Amino acid sequence: MLRIKELDSGYGDITVLKNISLNVDEGEIVSIVGANGSGKTTLLNTISGILSPKKGEIWVEDQRIDNLPPHKITELGIVQVPEGRRIFPLMTVYENLMIGASLPRAKAKAKQNLEYVFDLLPRLAERQNQIGRTMSGGEQQMLAIGRALMAEPRLLMLDEPSMGLSPLLVSTVFEVIAKIVEQKITVLIVEQNVKKALGLSKRGYVLENGFISMEGSSDQLLNNPHIKKAYLGM
Amino acid sequence: MGFLSVVANGLSMGAIYGLIALGLTLIFGIMRIINFAQGALLMLSMMVSYWLWAATGINPYILVIIVGPIMFAVGYICERCLIKPVLDEQKDVREPVAVLLLTAALAIVLENAALMVFGADYVMAKTSFSTSTIALGPVTVSAARFYGLIIALLAAGIFYLFLHRTQVGCNIRATGQDRNAAALMGIDVPKTYAIAFGIGTALLSVAAVVLIPFYYVHPSVGAVFMTKAFIVVVLGGLGSIPGAVLGGVIIGLIESIGAQYMAATLTAMLVYLVFLLVLFVKPTGIFGSPYDW
Repeated sequence: MLRIKELDSGYGDITVLKNISLNVDEGEIVSIVGANGSGKTTLLNTISGILSPKKGEIWVEDQRIDNLPPHKITELGIVQVPEGRRIFPLMTVYENLMIGASLPRAKAKAKQNLEYVFDLLPRLAERQNQIGRTMSGGEQQMLAIGRALMAEPRLLMLDEPSMGLSPLLVSTVFEVIAKIVEQKITVLIVEQNVKKALGLSKRGYVLENGFISMEGSSDQLLNNPHIKKAYLGM
Repeated sequence: MGFLSVVANGLSMGAIYGLIALGLTLIFGIMRIINFAQGALLMLSMMVSYWLWAATGINPYILVIIVGPIMFAVGYICERCLIKPVLDEQKDVREPVAVLLLTAALAIVLENAALMVFGADYVMAKTSFSTSTIALGPVTVSAARFYGLIIALLAAGIFYLFLHRTQVGCNIRATGQDRNAAALMGIDVPKTYAIAFGIGTALLSVAAVVLIPFYYVHPSVGAVFMTKAFIVVVLGGLGSIPGAVLGGVIIGLIESIGAQYMAATLTAMLVYLVFLLVLFVKPTGIFGSPYDW
């Protein structure tokens, strides 16, 4: 579904990602793990069109997307839940969700998707009229996920959903992601929490200093001595 | 003039200042651009309204149906053809200075073009309500100013509802609060910028049609209102809608009440004095916050 070929990307003169190639198949759940500053967010922002690649190609099925503006990429169903939630701080929960459904394709199914989101994240239903920035970190993360689901994603990309959350909340967020996978939505998850991410996905990539240093099945990666030592503290 | 009438006149002028400031605050709130051409665009709206009135004789208030869309188009095209290319060059800059200079240049061009096309004459749409007054109990107000107050408040209310109740309005607010998150949700951010600029300019057409029955139009009329609009916006809080309306009313009241008790030059000073005072006490303005959309 998503194929990236020999991608270089970065900011201004600085190249952060070098020669990235990866693919995500329909219905799959794939994780990209790596430490702070390894280029995980740069990668997702390049896929989403917030950043333009310096080199390489990004394909969604048979359409090349690396020159499309971000809203066109979202229109194709490639939806990102950005790092640090980035909900609209002065809008209510309901308004935030409806911004997610502003694309014509999503608007037609807004009612049905809203029911699904409220069913999946009942907390949002209770807090429909609360202003975004007054919610706790965990609630904001749920809202960011709910907002992305309103956009009818075919590929949902999550950028560090565990960031700044307590271990208990991290588990809740990952339970929610597991339920989303059941809906036949393809998921690409980018995480520092290697154990949680690889525990959920079938396949993974390890990003180190802008390169993909390893790839394989999640089990393989979790048992790899280097990963155990560098990321899992074992 | 009785004190209440003075207050009423101040209120109406203040509401019009607020209306002009709304466009400024909208464009700043969404695009982080201070539009120095706001005054010149007001002048253009007034000129277009005046000449349409002179040509057709239609009630100036009704002319807003024609002038509004014209000014929306002017703003939209200005953004797309002039501002966007510069903005794209500076896309990683939070408050792009080159765009600011561009709007200042646009103001100069518009003023001189108006001087060339319309001449330097002072003109006014002398309608039946230009000189008549309305008595509301003990209060006597100029009819044109009274209608101006009602229309300006109505426009501000409609504008507020537009931002909160329509999809386009919500998209505009979302873009102002977080443009990257808005883009990720499928909002066409460059187009939203152009629409916001167009609406900010179209709001001026409302101010223009309520002004021309009692205020002289000339090519540099924009400068008078530009300074006031700046003060209003900073006073109320840059980016805040209630702030723009309240700031406008405060300035209008100071001017009109002050003029009753002191020389006009002193009144102008008083406005700046209050302005400075607010800045000393609350630098972000009355309703100021980092983001207000």
